[in-house]
Amino acid sequence: MPDRAQPILDVQGLKTVFQTRGGEVHAVNNVSFDLAPGELLGVVGESGSGKSVTMMSLLGLLPSPPADVRDGTVMFQGRDLLKLDLRELRRVRGGEVGFVFQDPMTSLNPVFNVGMQIMEPLRKHMGMSKKAAAARAQELLELVGIPDAKQRLLDYPHQFSGGMRQRVMIAIALACDPKVLIADEPTTALDVTIQAQILELMKDLRDKLGMAVIWITHDLGVIAGIADRVIVMYGGQVVEHAPVRELFANPAHPYTRALLKTIPKIHGAREKRLTIIEGQPPILNAHPTACPFLDRCDVAMPVCARKNPQRFEVNAHHDAACFHADPLEVAHAG
Amino acid sequence: MLTYTFRRLLLSIPTLLFIAFVIFMLLELAPGDPMGQMPLTIPDEVKQRMREALGLGEPWYIRFGLWLYQFFVVEPQYWIDSAFGTNFADGKQRIISFQSRSPVFDTIAQRLPQTLWVVGMSYVVGVAIALPIGIISAYRQYSVFDQAGTFISMIGFSVPPFFSGVLVIVIFSVQLGWLPSIYDTTHQVVDWETFKFQLRQMIMPVMVLALQTTAQVSRYMRASMLDNLGQDYVRTARAKGMSESVVVLKHVVRNSMIPVVTVIALGLPAIFGGAIITEQIFKVNGLGQLLILALQGADIPMVMTITFLLAVLIVLMNLIADVLYGVLDPRIRYD
Ligand SMILES: Nc1ncnc2c1ncn2[C@@H]1O[C@H](COP(=O)(O)OP(=O)(O)O)[C@@H](O)[C@H]1O
Ligand SMILES: [Mg+2]
Repeated sequence: MPDRAQPILDVQGLKTVFQTRGGEVHAVNNVSFDLAPGELLGVVGESGSGKSVTMMSLLGLLPSPPADVRDGTVMFQGRDLLKLDLRELRRVRGGEVGFVFQDPMTSLNPVFNVGMQIMEPLRKHMGMSKKAAAARAQELLELVGIPDAKQRLLDYPHQFSGGMRQRVMIAIALACDPKVLIADEPTTALDVTIQAQILELMKDLRDKLGMAVIWITHDLGVIAGIADRVIVMYGGQVVEHAPVRELFANPAHPYTRALLKTIPKIHGAREKRLTIIEGQPPILNAHPTACPFLDRCDVAMPVCARKNPQRFEVNAHHDAACFHADPLEVAHAG
Repeated sequence: MLTYTFRRLLLSIPTLLFIAFVIFMLLELAPGDPMGQMPLTIPDEVKQRMREALGLGEPWYIRFGLWLYQFFVVEPQYWIDSAFGTNFADGKQRIISFQSRSPVFDTIAQRLPQTLWVVGMSYVVGVAIALPIGIISAYRQYSVFDQAGTFISMIGFSVPPFFSGVLVIVIFSVQLGWLPSIYDTTHQVVDWETFKFQLRQMIMPVMVLALQTTAQVSRYMRASMLDNLGQDYVRTARAKGMSESVVVLKHVVRNSMIPVVTVIALGLPAIFGGAIITEQIFKVNGLGQLLILALQGADIPMVMTITFLLAVLIVLMNLIADVLYGVLDPRIRYD
């Protein structure tokens, strides 16, 4: 188990708001989580729950305007990333923190060959010569399992398949030996068989290189096989946080339970049809004053409409933002 | 790419022949008589004989064939002769102007430098101003700079050169007296002073023509930049820690230039067309003025040749645009 006493990344009270013509969108509200060195943290939640915005906020990657990171601290190696100036922040981006994005078809620049795109961060962050960077780029392509690496460096993105492009993206993210790799739904846009290959590759790379990984997905099934810990996001908030086994065995938030039901099962009794979560995700046009899951919750209580639940401890490593996990509330109701 | 270019070059031959035919027939069918400006005192039968001496008695297909032969065979032979001292063109008739009775290409060669200086320079200046405007306008969308750029482009789009040309003459030559209103084509640049004079007399025509180019190209560049600034690869470049100048000037501009290069290449013939009017206004005796005078005098060989050269330029620029597109965008394969 990775050491959680000395987290490499510690996010507290992050809040990101978008200023739009229709008013403010409170996309990320009071999000806190930490990441231990070498740990693989899964982040799950349906589309629009604020997973991407959270991760982009960490490194100031959201265009501002419209984005405004209002509150919080992001401690990384003793510094608050939200307070760094752009020059220092750029050294972290791609140098100490690598990013892999969802859509490999559009995430690479179509007019430059992949060699140049891998070498760019090497030359910038590691100050490598052209020759050294080219050698390292070839090494990286081999590392992510692209055959004929030397030749492929000269190929353009359109000459690669989707899965191969995602491998190139991973090579770019890993180029400068980052301490943290943030993978934002890296397999969502890929075929199922390719997804499995990329997952295998990531597990492999993490064991080999030992960096910490934040793996974002909307698919709990993917998380089950790879993550150490999981945070579940809903409506721009963390609604549950637990080690992966604990989460699957003992989900404490009604949203997590609903998510677990949506995983198609191969073994055991078949459900009549795939379950879906009824209702709509919340509209985030103001700071939340009630539980964001209220409208879709089948165990809602009167208190859920009055207050937004904080994260209550379920046990030492497990918490959930639900009044059903609040000992006071349970005692009161019981 | 080479085979593609070669194939396109071959294909452009029938295109050009067809264009030549259309221009010829249009001139043939248009009213106008090379003798129209002769004094009325010349008897009709003399005029008739003069027409025949110009070759106008022959049927149109003979004259068209002769023009093609002269344009594609005799003239090149003549250039080869004068370049290498050979004598392929000996005794062969070049294309002769009705008005001046001298070879059309000699006159064109005299006039071309003036047009190239003014038009070519205005295009270079126009594009050189337009690209940064487009880039900054897109990067700082809706800023004061962007709004100003939009306003200037609107002027460039909506005010024709025959108006803006006269306007700047009135302001800078007549009212302020800073710049000469007439372009002196006999002026020779020999030293710093004469160079300064050349610059001063070029400023107005160049600026009037450049305004149009700037307006168009900057709009295209801005739109193309905006398209690309929102792309995922831009986020990737930032996530790699690249500085904004690398992100914008390398990643985004390189992609944005792909459609804009086409616009620039295809816009060049259009600016030559626009120069016809501008040259009239500033009294630049370039190709534009030559064409107007030839039209007025029903100088068919001259009009035919200049118009056809413009057509060649258009076809050539289309070809160059397509080839450049393939060079700039690795996704395009022509074979
Ligand atoms: N540029 C933007 N302007 C306004 N709202 C945005 C913008 N980007 C994201 N959002 C909002 O932020 C919320 C979270 O989005 P996101 O983090 O992308 O979700 P996901 O969990 O699917 O990654 C969404 O409700 C979305 O509407
Ligand atoms: Mg997302």
